[in-house]
Amino acid sequence: MGPLIVNEIISENTNLFLAFIIGIGFGFVLESNGFSSSRRLAGMFYGYDTTVLKVFFTAAIVGAIGLLFLSLFNWIDLSSIYINPTYLWSTLGGGVIMGAGFIMGGYCPGTSFCAASIGKIDALAFIGGMFIGILIFTEGYPLWEGFYNAKFMGSPVISDMIGASRGFLTFLVILAALGMFWVGEWAEKKFAREDYKLNQK
Amino acid sequence: MKQKKYMNPYLGGVLLGLVLVAAFWISGRGLGASGAPKSAIVAAVKTVAPAHVENASFYKEYLATHPKPLKEWLIFQMLGVIVGGFLSGAIAGRLKFKVEKSPKITNKTRLIFAVLGGVFFGFGSQLGRGCTSGSALTGMAVLSLSGFLSMAAIFGTAFALAYFARKLWI
Repeated sequence: MGPLIVNEIISENTNLFLAFIIGIGFGFVLESNGFSSSRRLAGMFYGYDTTVLKVFFTAAIVGAIGLLFLSLFNWIDLSSIYINPTYLWSTLGGGVIMGAGFIMGGYCPGTSFCAASIGKIDALAFIGGMFIGILIFTEGYPLWEGFYNAKFMGSPVISDMIGASRGFLTFLVILAALGMFWVGEWAEKKFAREDYKLNQK
Repeated sequence: MKQKKYMNPYLGGVLLGLVLVAAFWISGRGLGASGAPKSAIVAAVKTVAPAHVENASFYKEYLATHPKPLKEWLIFQMLGVIVGGFLSGAIAGRLKFKVEKSPKITNKTRLIFAVLGGVFFGFGSQLGRGCTSGSALTGMAVLSLSGFLSMAAIFGTAFALAYFARKLWI
């Protein structure tokens, strides 16, 4: 049955309309959890607010379990969903540059649009910078094209790489996430700040 | 108007996970963010400098696989994110023009670093083929190697640099 677009159950235009609806859900959940606040996002890296870790890992495990669950009933064909390819050096290099951007800017791309939608001026500045950064990449592409395409490994899924089932790997990820939630709850008490309230603004 | 509290983060994570599963079930793909500004930039450069686009390899390759950059899935999804964020902010009484920052720095410092952070994140998201949403979150949900690698690289680097940037936040 699913994915609906791959199996031509819905048209391309319906797919784009549903993308808009999915986006509303995405933006609504991000904002409701305070991902529209740069101090909350940055708090992750100083321990005073670990909401990002909790939301991010809960979403990742619910996503992984949800896909497994749907595939059990043949509601989704896991072989026709998109798996991000791995280009080892650019995946890591891009991640390092993004991490530097995160700690300086306090947002990531999705959260910056979400924050701008409720009037955060620093988010608009971040978005402006992001357009500049993307333009630098596209204009200078010949300079980093080699690095960008180096060490292509296909689209490996970790469970296949280690010879485990998807279910078992998902179980391990859940255990890791539970451990991180525990650390997060501990950190919020240990690194609490007087000038920052965890649950408002 | 009194501001409402934020949602419980674990409940928020479950809801975000369900949105992600819905995206896979409907469209066969996960959530993303940095792809939308990229499409917008390609469309803008194509309009402003059509001759340049025909000669520069990135635009040529991108347009060969995405002939209508403004009719991309992620463009529609990101328009939704703006609407959804606004709705949540309106309901919770959080709509307000402001520069958010640590009390120890000026608005100017905050905005300079916000632009700088944006430049880095924008560039890195293209090099890494996706950002926190498209590469890390979505990639982890499908258990892809690149998802876990980009998650580790993004968050690992931010943690490693946190000490040097501490005045911006605490």
